Amino acid sequence: MEPSLYTVKAVLILDNDGDRLYAKYYDDTYPTVKEQKAFEKNIFNKTHRTDSEIALLEGLTVVYKSNIDLFFYVIGSSHENELMLMAVLNCLFDSLSQMLRKNVERRALLENMEGLFLAVDEIVDGGVILESDPQQVVHRVALRGDDVPLTEQTVTQVLQSAKEQIKWSLLR
Amino acid sequence: QHNMLDSSDAIARSGSNPFQHLEKSAVLQEARIFNETPINPRRCLHILTKIIYLLNQGEHFGTTEATEAFFAMTRLFQSNDVSCHLLIKSVLTVSLLNSFMVFYSLTKDMTGKEDVYRGPAIRALCRITDTTMLQAIERYMKQAIVDKVPSVSSSALVSSLHMVKMSYDVVKRWVNEAQEAASSDNIMVQYHALGLLYHLRKNDRLAVTKMLNKFTKSGLKSPFAYCMLIRIASKLLDETEGGHDSPLFDFIESCLRNKNEMVVYEAASAIVHMPNCTARELAPAVSVLQLFCSSPKAALRYAAVRTLNKVAMKHPSAVTACNLDLENLITDSNRSIATLAITTLLKTGSESSVDRLMKQISSFVSEISDEFKVVVVQAISALCQKYPRKHSVMMNFLSNMLRDDGGFEYKRAIVDCIISIIEENPESKETGLAHLCEFIEDCEHTVLATKILHLLGKEGPRTPQPSKYIRFIFNRVVLESEAVRAAAVSALAKFGAQNDDLLPSVLVLMQRCMMDSDDEVRDRATFYMNVLQQKQKALNAAYIFNGLSVSIPGLEKSLHQYTLEPSEKPFDMKSVPLATTPITEPKTEIAPVATSKLPEKLARSRQDIYQEQLAAIPEFQSLGPLFKSSEPVQLTEAETEYVVRCVKHTFARHMVFQFDCTNTLNDQLLQKVVVQMEPSEAYEVIHYIPAPSLPYSQPGSCYSLVRLPDDDPTAVSCTFSCTMKYLVRDCDPNTGEPDDDGYDDEYVLEDLEVTVADHIQKILKPNFGAAWDEVGDEFEKEETFALASVRTLDEAVGNIISFLGMQPCERSDKVPENKNSHVLFLAGVFRGGHDVLVRARLALADGVTMQVTVRSSEETVVDVILASVG
Repeated sequence: MEPSLYTVKAVLILDNDGDRLYAKYYDDTYPTVKEQKAFEKNIFNKTHRTDSEIALLEGLTVVYKSNIDLFFYVIGSSHENELMLMAVLNCLFDSLSQMLRKNVERRALLENMEGLFLAVDEIVDGGVILESDPQQVVHRVALRGDDVPLTEQTVTQVLQSAKEQIKWSLLR
Repeated sequence: QHNMLDSSDAIARSGSNPFQHLEKSAVLQEARIFNETPINPRRCLHILTKIIYLLNQGEHFGTTEATEAFFAMTRLFQSNDVSCHLLIKSVLTVSLLNSFMVFYSLTKDMTGKEDVYRGPAIRALCRITDTTMLQAIERYMKQAIVDKVPSVSSSALVSSLHMVKMSYDVVKRWVNEAQEAASSDNIMVQYHALGLLYHLRKNDRLAVTKMLNKFTKSGLKSPFAYCMLIRIASKLLDETEGGHDSPLFDFIESCLRNKNEMVVYEAASAIVHMPNCTARELAPAVSVLQLFCSSPKAALRYAAVRTLNKVAMKHPSAVTACNLDLENLITDSNRSIATLAITTLLKTGSESSVDRLMKQISSFVSEISDEFKVVVVQAISALCQKYPRKHSVMMNFLSNMLRDDGGFEYKRAIVDCIISIIEENPESKETGLAHLCEFIEDCEHTVLATKILHLLGKEGPRTPQPSKYIRFIFNRVVLESEAVRAAAVSALAKFGAQNDDLLPSVLVLMQRCMMDSDDEVRDRATFYMNVLQQKQKALNAAYIFNGLSVSIPGLEKSLHQYTLEPSEKPFDMKSVPLATTPITEPKTEIAPVATSKLPEKLARSRQDIYQEQLAAIPEFQSLGPLFKSSEPVQLTEAETEYVVRCVKHTFARHMVFQFDCTNTLNDQLLQKVVVQMEPSEAYEVIHYIPAPSLPYSQPGSCYSLVRLPDDDPTAVSCTFSCTMKYLVRDCDPNTGEPDDDGYDDEYVLEDLEVTVADHIQKILKPNFGAAWDEVGDEFEKEETFALASVRTLDEAVGNIISFLGMQPCERSDKVPENKNSHVLFLAGVFRGGHDVLVRARLALADGVTMQVTVRSSEETVVDVILASVG
């Protein structure tokens, strides 16, 4: 295996019907939305009944965690160090847990989607693990536990995220 | 309508998703408030979130829509840093304006005072930057890489890595900054810097070695960086074929004692995946994996047992120590872990535990994913080879699995496994064929159906009751797709050719197939019909059992050539290069991996590639088709100044020796390299084609053309003494700049042998008996030899095969256990296109006695073989 920083193939959050709340794919394993949704469906079917943390699906290593009505998935190559993927999953979950004040469930998440978008961007960038410490992530997202008034900054951060994604949709 | 609901209202309705019914057009409508002054950050943020949510759901924005939204956002940005510069630029076109404004704003952000803000700005900027713009921000990037704020430094490093693909030359200039960042105290910065450094240097082995030395000595804080270092070290070990006494191996082994599990696992996994590891070297890795087996973390148990499973494939005994821990995992609630534990135990356990484990696994086989079902099948397959007596238990289990639901890969694994059991154990043949017959009755995979039909055609006619298979085969003709029908027709023909009492009924069925709607099916039926009606054994053998043995791409090329230059002469099949029988490698199974996604290509054989390369050299164009290419022979010791290996290419009357040379001295440039050859026999070197230049570490080839002795066709072996001659130009090791003058030098290579095997091409005769009859006994000769130095039948069989270079048929290369006599069947084609068949009866007494019978269509060939054996 070629040594590389590119570790994560996708980060997914599904609700308890298996519907996508958040999905970010970092390479071309599933190039179209149709293939992505089919993959998500397969993943959900294979994992939602058992809480067993790790599985091998469609030749990919999937680490996962569920909480109340949310399912978190981090996906990597089957040759990838499983513990690295686990580190990403734990970081994502713990960051959100702090941001949502331990209320990790669908409704709270939906009320804080912008925080989720920003947090994932701070944890993984283009498939490279950017940060693994939830404290750091929460700090950078600047949505700390106490109610920080909405600043211009957050707007611009979300804006950047949106712009980046629009840009890609333009290029498609 | 519903989509106009404000989010707070929606959330008030408990449990519903405020984004659920978003509509793109409505959101874009809302986005118009971006243009309002003063801006309302909270509302804007909410709308932006909606836009990202839609994108995230896979909603596609058309170019116009996206441009509009993008433009609106830029306005929003603008209100953030009001700037009259931008207003002036607004006369420019929209797209240009967009990128310029964003570029400008982001550049401001990335150099701004607010730290939390700079990292994302750098990443966003690099996403939209191209090579020219990148140069404009180069100074900022260099500063950012060494910034004392970790998030800024990490963002800059990772973004640089993303941009290497696009702008390698620019990013390369930041190596010093990356180097500095690598000594950062922050664990992520260290990791990212190491990753970038490696990526920039990976083609320069020396630089990678230096980097490894530095970091393995200084030690790192980041577990991620350690994992990266381990990967780099094991890759370098692999490439340099470094022994396990290398400091790199010591480094990896030392990581087994790291305090972070991630690093320990990475090191253990690296050691397990090294080729040629001895059991002793594996032992420390195996014992840490054993500890992980009882970890409370499922991912760690999974990783450990999966890696142990790999060890068990090559070194089952090394894993035996973990049997107890693996037993405990059989009942693991994670079925993947349980499956891996069981399959590992199947490989390491004793024969007596097989039944218990199989029972255990059948209790939950339906719960596991296809990937793991394949793992189970592979384990069973390995088990059958180890304990042939268990084949009936296995066969039952497999046939049950075959009836279950499952994808193609899974079914294929089962079918392959059943086929290999049939081949290994003649007594299981009939049960196995029966299971397969049942399977094709309801099989949706064309590939599998044709494969099974082919097998039925091959094995069915030789069973005690061939007639019972006819029904299954003919059902396919009635019910299936074209490819399957065609395969069924071929299978039927084999029954007709082998079994005289079935011939009349087969002919009737054939007649029906001649009315098929598909061309291929009709053609095959007509062809077989006509061959079968002749009732001649030789015809049956040549056209029904053993088929064509030429290379298909070669045939295509020859036929094309023939049509380009029409001639009176009929097309000669012998002018077509033979198909090289694929070497059946011992299965190197890599547990479950993503192989299913690779498109199956018709791989060109090695020989087709050589044929093309040689045909491109004018001197070799008149030699005719390439008959055979040998495996490369090393003519130098490992680790010498020059590495030379030779591939022997045999043509009808000539041989071409291809010397692949590599110059491993970085202070020399070699030119006009030839390998001079002195033959011991009447072989004549007629031409040398030099390699014009051999710079450091870039392989090059030179050739020698040799004419085989015409007058003595039995002179098949010869020894050549070889000397490499060349012009040396010393050069600067750093720049590669050579001196103006050079001097001649030479280097003595090891002798090169040409043996009888170089004149014979392997050919597989699926039905050796038929081929034996077809060649006939006109030129049959027989002789008896005593192989005094050989101690076992296996050894004798191996020696004969490698000496003659012929293809063992009917699996006669496998000597059954506890037998003291054996018959080996070999088939090949001698240079010039004469079939040659060898039957060697071996008897084990004090040494091995061998009675060799040779048949060929040409007498000299028979003589050559017997002479060379003697």
